[in-house]
Amino acid sequence: MSGEESQWLTVLIAVLGGAIRVGTPFLFVSLGECLTEKSGRINLGLEGNLIMGAMAGYGVAWITGSAWLGVLAAGATGVILGFVHALLCQQPRVNDIAVGIALMILGTGLAFFIGKPLIQPSAPHLPALHLGAWSDNPALRAALEINALFIVGLLLAPAMAWFFRSSRWGLAIRTVGESDDAARAMGLNVNLVRMLATMAGGFLAGVGGAFLSLYYPGGWSEGLSSGQGLMAVALVIFARWDPMRCLYASLLFGGAGALGPALQAVGVTSGYYLFNAAPYVLTLILMIAASSTKVRSGMPGSLAAR
Amino acid sequence: MAFAPFLIPLTALALSLALFGVFVSLAGADALAVYQSIYRGAFGTWFSWQNTLVSAAPLMLTALCTALPARMGLIVIGGEGAVVLGGLAAALTGLILIDTNAWLALSGMALAAMLAGGLLIGLVGWLRHSRNVNETISSLLFNYISIAILSFLVIGMLRDPETLNKPSTHHIGEEHMLGALGETSIHWGFAYGVIACLIMWLLLKRTTFGFAVDMIGGNLRAARLSGLPVGRNIFLVCLMGGAAAGLAGMVEVAAVHGRANTSLNAGYGYEGILIAFAARHHPLAIIPMAILFGGIRASSGLMQRDHDLPDATGLVLQGMIFILLLASEAVFARRAMNKGSKT
Repeated sequence: MSGEESQWLTVLIAVLGGAIRVGTPFLFVSLGECLTEKSGRINLGLEGNLIMGAMAGYGVAWITGSAWLGVLAAGATGVILGFVHALLCQQPRVNDIAVGIALMILGTGLAFFIGKPLIQPSAPHLPALHLGAWSDNPALRAALEINALFIVGLLLAPAMAWFFRSSRWGLAIRTVGESDDAARAMGLNVNLVRMLATMAGGFLAGVGGAFLSLYYPGGWSEGLSSGQGLMAVALVIFARWDPMRCLYASLLFGGAGALGPALQAVGVTSGYYLFNAAPYVLTLILMIAASSTKVRSGMPGSLAAR
Repeated sequence: MAFAPFLIPLTALALSLALFGVFVSLAGADALAVYQSIYRGAFGTWFSWQNTLVSAAPLMLTALCTALPARMGLIVIGGEGAVVLGGLAAALTGLILIDTNAWLALSGMALAAMLAGGLLIGLVGWLRHSRNVNETISSLLFNYISIAILSFLVIGMLRDPETLNKPSTHHIGEEHMLGALGETSIHWGFAYGVIACLIMWLLLKRTTFGFAVDMIGGNLRAARLSGLPVGRNIFLVCLMGGAAAGLAGMVEVAAVHGRANTSLNAGYGYEGILIAFAARHHPLAIIPMAILFGGIRASSGLMQRDHDLPDATGLVLQGMIFILLLASEAVFARRAMNKGSKT
């Protein structure tokens, strides 16, 4: 094999591995956002949940010595932020987008403030499965190091699809998302269902944050998140509110995000910053392609109504 | 309820300052002393007033970028990207016009910046209208794309090789920099901001165009049925909002840095969103709100030094103000609704 060829193979492997590693936080945040949006509300504050989750997860893992307790704590902070979001949104004349931006600013601020002493210490990492142990190619081995949380997400996506399709609670969420009036006629408490959906969505986004600090890129710093929480909102639109499509879209975004660093590793540095923008450009193109002036299939009715 | 527009933000501000006091106390600082530092750093002396007004200049312009489209029901958060592209366009134009006179160079820079920012947000509005692309998300994505373009250009082909630590473009020339207002250290950008807010207020309140904009914001279907050019108005309003934020980028380049670099990405765009909501998207109310938040920005350095607080402290205060602002808005709306149902 010529040197040129093996270089491109390395890039390909790195992008595939990156799809999983970079895509995992996308997966959790987008599943969380999908759950919230199915109930008829957009939570733009998941970026705040993600950063708070990363900080809280890292802090708790460092103090207790258990990465899984960190994941739980990260989810808990997401539940609290989700509660605040839902509480504010159910008031009259409050815009859910504005509440989301407010929570994004507050969550980021609080995480940076409280997380200041966490920049130095090192917390335990989440365990990973070494599926590439059979290979003697180090790049392939690194790419096939699959984190346990990714497996959880991999199972969660079909579970959530089943939940929406076949469970009573899933039906309740979908009804609330389609029409307030229909939900009330069924005797459902619209605000309560939306609050639970937002809190559960917040939990998932927090877990996504814990992946950032406890596995990849790992550690706590203020530049840990680069807008994954916000991009997840676009991702859900692209996935047309379908959990399984959220899974595929997350992998696609992860791969796009891994392209820049992978090219840099083989010496293609000139367009580094442009390649870094690849996921954002991709999202935009996909949104334009997926959008039309017609109501998109799969879109919850109360989101389409505005 | 005539006082509501003033009462709501003031109540929210008082509550969030109280909450912030509790928060810094928990972090081990003396709340009263922290308040004093904020006041001293923001409005205590003529020196701090000048710093405050300098910080307020770009904030007024970026707030317009959210406030104007919001009057039509669009939530645009792309001010940051418009600042970055505006600053980049201004620096490029400044370098092209470096051998001409200052007046020509500055006008060219301002025009180029307004065009760059305006087209960016105009595109957001056009995508929303013609392709139904969510404007909040597309404008956010444009922020990241704009920052990537800036980083790519200042590290690559536009880089002045002498800028080592912070890659930047070449300097636009000291004699072409935007001057100060009279004997103060406040640059002309502050005047630009005030004038922009005044023009937008006149346009929205005193012209048929402004009436059409409010009609589209109030009832889209009624506006369509009465034959208003909805798409064109959405594009124009977004264009003006983006032009304002682009001008903020020009002000930062021409009055502060002299070059375009990643300092343009300083969060003015995101803070502008908060100010627009605090001002309830009213162009005149943006002026005092921007001065208030400019004060918080100007005093944050003093607050950190005096009380050994992390640099995210200002961000926490901003977040608290925003949350409580929305909450008090809701309380007032609920009261108004109750009153309405009784009569």
